[in-house]
Amino acid sequence: MNILSGWGARARGLFVDNKGPWGPSGSGGDEPPPGDGGGPWGEPPRKRGRNSSSEPGPTLDDFLRRSRARFSGGGFPGRPDASIFVWAVIALVLLWLVFTSVHSIAPAQRGVVSRFGRYSYTLQPGVGITLPSPIDRVKKVDVDNIRSADLGGGTDEDLMLTGDQNLIDIAYTVRWNIRTPELYLFQLAEPEQTINQVAESAMRAVISGVTLRDAMGDRRADIEIQVAETMQRILDGYRSGIQIQGVAIKQADPPDAVNDAFKQVTAAQQDAKSYINQANAYALQITAKAQGESTAFDKVYEQYRLAPEVTRRRMYYETMEQVLGKVDKTIVEAPGVTPYLPLPQIQRTEKKGSAQ
Amino acid sequence: MTGFIRNRPIVSAVLAVVVLVLLGMSFPIIPETQQAVVVRFGKPVRIYNEYEPGRPIGAAGAGINFRLPFAEELVRIDKRVLDVDMQTQQVLSTDQRRLQVDAFARYRIVDPLRMYIRARTEDQLKEQLRPILGSEVRNELGKIEFAALLSPERQGIMDNVRTSLNRIASQYGVQIVDVRIKRTDLPDGSPLESAYDSMRTAREQEARSIRAQGMKQAQIIQAQADAEAAKTYAASFGRDPDFYDFYRAMQSYRSTFIGENGKQPAPTTVILSPQNDYLREFTGRPR
Repeated sequence: MNILSGWGARARGLFVDNKGPWGPSGSGGDEPPPGDGGGPWGEPPRKRGRNSSSEPGPTLDDFLRRSRARFSGGGFPGRPDASIFVWAVIALVLLWLVFTSVHSIAPAQRGVVSRFGRYSYTLQPGVGITLPSPIDRVKKVDVDNIRSADLGGGTDEDLMLTGDQNLIDIAYTVRWNIRTPELYLFQLAEPEQTINQVAESAMRAVISGVTLRDAMGDRRADIEIQVAETMQRILDGYRSGIQIQGVAIKQADPPDAVNDAFKQVTAAQQDAKSYINQANAYALQITAKAQGESTAFDKVYEQYRLAPEVTRRRMYYETMEQVLGKVDKTIVEAPGVTPYLPLPQIQRTEKKGSAQ
Repeated sequence: MTGFIRNRPIVSAVLAVVVLVLLGMSFPIIPETQQAVVVRFGKPVRIYNEYEPGRPIGAAGAGINFRLPFAEELVRIDKRVLDVDMQTQQVLSTDQRRLQVDAFARYRIVDPLRMYIRARTEDQLKEQLRPILGSEVRNELGKIEFAALLSPERQGIMDNVRTSLNRIASQYGVQIVDVRIKRTDLPDGSPLESAYDSMRTAREQEARSIRAQGMKQAQIIQAQADAEAAKTYAASFGRDPDFYDFYRAMQSYRSTFIGENGKQPAPTTVILSPQNDYLREFTGRPR
């Protein structure tokens, strides 16, 4: 077991950082004390000092030194069977070859192959075969996955200045994906931060060209398109390999501090609408009434013209009948007589009271 | 060979390690994202994978390169587009209004040797570029009016910033790809408050004018309707004013004493004189 784990870790350790079980405590206590430079595995201090000047030197060297100490100390209590050792190494190497040279690339992914650090080619979806790991390395990049970055809004107000020098609080989402994976990997130091900054810059530039009213309502779609185009142009200028799929404005509001004033405008619009509605209703009513009355008059007048005197008297008597039939009447014979007026009034109120 | 390894495993292991280390040191791997300056005892001698405009990715340069172990040192410098963020600057426009500006620049180290000589590390380079960016932005934006400050791109102002920044940056072996204003804000305190105030009053003005417009339209509609009705009445009643007078009087009596639409008028007592025209026949006067 010791052999296997030791060699496995050693093989891995050649290519990854020295972060295995090789901490100082794990080296089994067989390590010679630092002062003992005479042992066969002791480090000449001169060499150690010089190695530390170059970057990969000290880690690798350090690691090898410790692993050697472990091997010769705790790893081989007696001489093990050599064939087991050889077979284990061969098996590990084979496994290593298989795992690092066959890559399955998902449909949404591309595999960017770099040979000794230099970009070589890009693997398409499916199974791709490359040289084993230290030579070829494959970085899988998800190209179809559309990522989104939410900008603005949130806890702190993100105020932008509009062309008419008003402030607007705007929140928007940028959706993007990777168009050219090798450019994306090798051209930009911080792609996501770049996208955020470019988005903010583009949005601000576009907003500063429109009025507050346009930004809040009518021209939102227009603004979204313009921002996406501007972003794409800038990012193409960086050769970033990023494709902007779209920009969506989630919210474009006046800042909180002046929101009440904006609500007043809405209220005023509704008020104005209701004034006009009332006026329209009045107009309909008044014209209809005029038409009705004049038509009625016309009809009666047609008949009146046929026999003016009779019609006039008839109308007079009919009206009087109806009028006098409904009211209390007192006929006073001669001038100078004061009639006892309240009498019929009292009679009627009494009648009313008993009826109830 | 195998015999030697068998007999002296420790010595052979040490040898193998030494060979590996020497190989690793002699043939450094330079990834696509880096360029490297080879320094021999402090003196730069070669550059690997130097940036050249228009060269496609994967061309010669990156990959395995060579250096003399121990004698030469490899300084790795980023090849990608990097960014430097300016501290927020207060810019004073020509018409004496203040604006807080936040800008960023994207740059690429195109001459790693010069950059190494001038700034040594990328962090130091960034530290030196940042104040330069800030002062350039302030200088250029200070030459224009407030209204133009809001959209500096359109006026080509940012191009000016880029050009003048490039002039300085090229001394560091740096090419400025792009300078952009990230945000322009009104400073906190009175400028922001006054902007809010002006927005508020503008809205109040708008609200009032909307109401007034609504009232005006309502009045016009009503007056038109009244005129229409008057016209209709006049056309009809004007044919016989005398009969209209009588007809309307009859209507008026009815509505006054009987009530219209089921409405009861106040109780009325009518005192009639026998001389009343209605009672003319009541007196039984002779014909």
